[in-house]
Amino acid sequence: MRLLATAGRVLSQLRRDPRTVAMMALLPMLLVGLFAWIMPARQFDQIGPMLIALFPFTVMFIVTSIATLRERTSGTLERLLTTPLRKAELLFGYEIAFGLVAVLQAVLVVTFAVYVCGLDVPGSLWVVGGMAVLNALMGTALGLLASAFARTEFQAVQFMPVFVFPQMALGGVFMPRAQMPDVLSAISDWLPLSYSIEAVQRAATNVTGWDLERPLLILVGVTLLALLLGSLTLPRRTP
Amino acid sequence: MPYMANTLPAVSIAGLRVKRGKVQVFDGLDLDLTAGRITGLMGPSGCGKSTLIRCVVGIQKVQSGTVTVLGLPAGTPALRRRVSYSSQQASVYTDLSVGENVAYFTRLYGLPASETDRAIDAVGLADQRSQRADDLSGGQLTRTSLAIALLGKPELVVLDEPTVGLDPVLRAELWGIFRGLADQGISLIVSSHVMDEANRCDDLLLMRAGRIVAHTTPANLLLESGRTDPDEAFLELIRRDIASPRHSLDTPNEAPDTAPRHAEEDAR
Repeated sequence: MRLLATAGRVLSQLRRDPRTVAMMALLPMLLVGLFAWIMPARQFDQIGPMLIALFPFTVMFIVTSIATLRERTSGTLERLLTTPLRKAELLFGYEIAFGLVAVLQAVLVVTFAVYVCGLDVPGSLWVVGGMAVLNALMGTALGLLASAFARTEFQAVQFMPVFVFPQMALGGVFMPRAQMPDVLSAISDWLPLSYSIEAVQRAATNVTGWDLERPLLILVGVTLLALLLGSLTLPRRTP
Repeated sequence: MPYMANTLPAVSIAGLRVKRGKVQVFDGLDLDLTAGRITGLMGPSGCGKSTLIRCVVGIQKVQSGTVTVLGLPAGTPALRRRVSYSSQQASVYTDLSVGENVAYFTRLYGLPASETDRAIDAVGLADQRSQRADDLSGGQLTRTSLAIALLGKPELVVLDEPTVGLDPVLRAELWGIFRGLADQGISLIVSSHVMDEANRCDDLLLMRAGRIVAHTTPANLLLESGRTDPDEAFLELIRRDIASPRHSLDTPNEAPDTAPRHAEEDAR
C-alpha cells in the first residue's frame, strides 16, 4: 500500500513534467537512430543492442539521482521518515515507478531499432528489451545511491559522465575486454556496466545458459547492493 | 503501560547534548512540557528552536541525554503515528497539487481517503485543491504542509515556524486552528520568533543561545519582567540573561539551583 502509493506519487510527479517524459522516451531512440545512420549495417547489428541497454541505464541514473537529491534537499525526505513509511518502501517505490517507465522506454527503442533502423540480431529481441529494463533498474538504484554524495543538482548531473563514461570505455563497447591491457581488464571486472554489455551482447548473439545467466545475476546483485547501500544513506536521524 | 494524558508530560528532556557542525547547540538541556497545551517556542534565530523540535520528532542526532515523547523515546516507530511534524520549509512536493500531496501522506498513514478531504478543509484550502503547490502563495503552501500534519489523530503536533512570513489575517486563522486542536486535547509545540504570538500560547519557552531563558506563561512573562508588551518582556529577560547567564536556566525570581523542569509549576 505505502509502496504503491510511493510509486504512484513518483509517477504523478513525472506526469506533471511532460518534457522530461518526452525526453526519456525519445532520447534513446534518437541516439540509436544516429548510430544506425553513421555506422555500416553489420557494425550496427553488433553495437545496437549495447546502446539499447546503455541509454536507459544512463537516463535513469540521471533522473533518479536528481529526483532523490530533490527529495533530500526539499525536506520531503525528512518528512517521509517521520511517517510510518519504511525505507525499503521508498526505495522500491522509486524502482517500480522508474521500472515501468523503463519498460515503455525499452518497447519504444527496440521497436524503433528493429523497424526503422533495421537492426538484425540472431537472439531474442524480448531478451534484449528485458536487458534494457534490468539496466534501467540498476541505473535507478545507483542514481539513488549517488544522490547521497551530491549537495547540489550541478554536482549530481556531473556524476553521470564521471560514473558512466569510464565504465563505457572499459566495458567493451569500443574494444573487447579481453584485448585490453591486463590492468584495465582487471579494473573492468569490477565495473557493473561490463556485465551489462556482456549480457546484452550474449543475448543478442543468442547465447543461453550460464554464460548469459552469470552476468544477469551480477546485474541483479549490483542493483540490490546499491539499494541496500542507498538505504544506509537515508538515516532517520541526521546531524 | 498506557500513556495517560495530563498526568505525564508530553515531552520530557533530560541532560540533552547536541552538536550541529562545530556548534554545541545544547549542553545539558532539561525540560518538561505539559500535555494538552500549546507551548510556544520563542527566541531569536539560531537559538536552537529548530534543533529542539528536531530532537522531539526524533530526527536529530544527539550526543547524550534522553528525549521522552508521550512516554516513549523520541523517534520510536510507535510514535510516528502519534506525533506529527511540519518543518520550517513547507515540506511538500511542489510539482504535485494540494490534493495529491495530502492524499499521498493519507495513504502512507493508511488512513481512509476521507481524511484527505477533512485535512484540506481544516486548513481552508478546498478551493485550491487541484492547484499545483508551486502555484500557491506562501500562506497556502504553509497550510498545505499543515494539512499533512493534521492527518490522522496525532497526540502531539510539532510545527516549526508555521506562521513565518504570513499576513496577520492568515496568522490569526492558523492560530485559530491550533487552538481548535488544543481544545481537542492535542498537545502542540509551535515555534515562532514573532513575540506577539506569545499571547496565543498556553505555555512559553523562551530560548537564547541553546538555553531556556524562561519557561512560563504569557501572563507571568509580563508579571515577571515588569513590562506590558511581550516583545519588551522578552528583551528584558534576555538582558537579565546576558547579565547573569547562570540564573537564566530558570525563570527569574527563582533560586538559581532549582531544576528548570520545575519552572512551569512555579510559573503557574
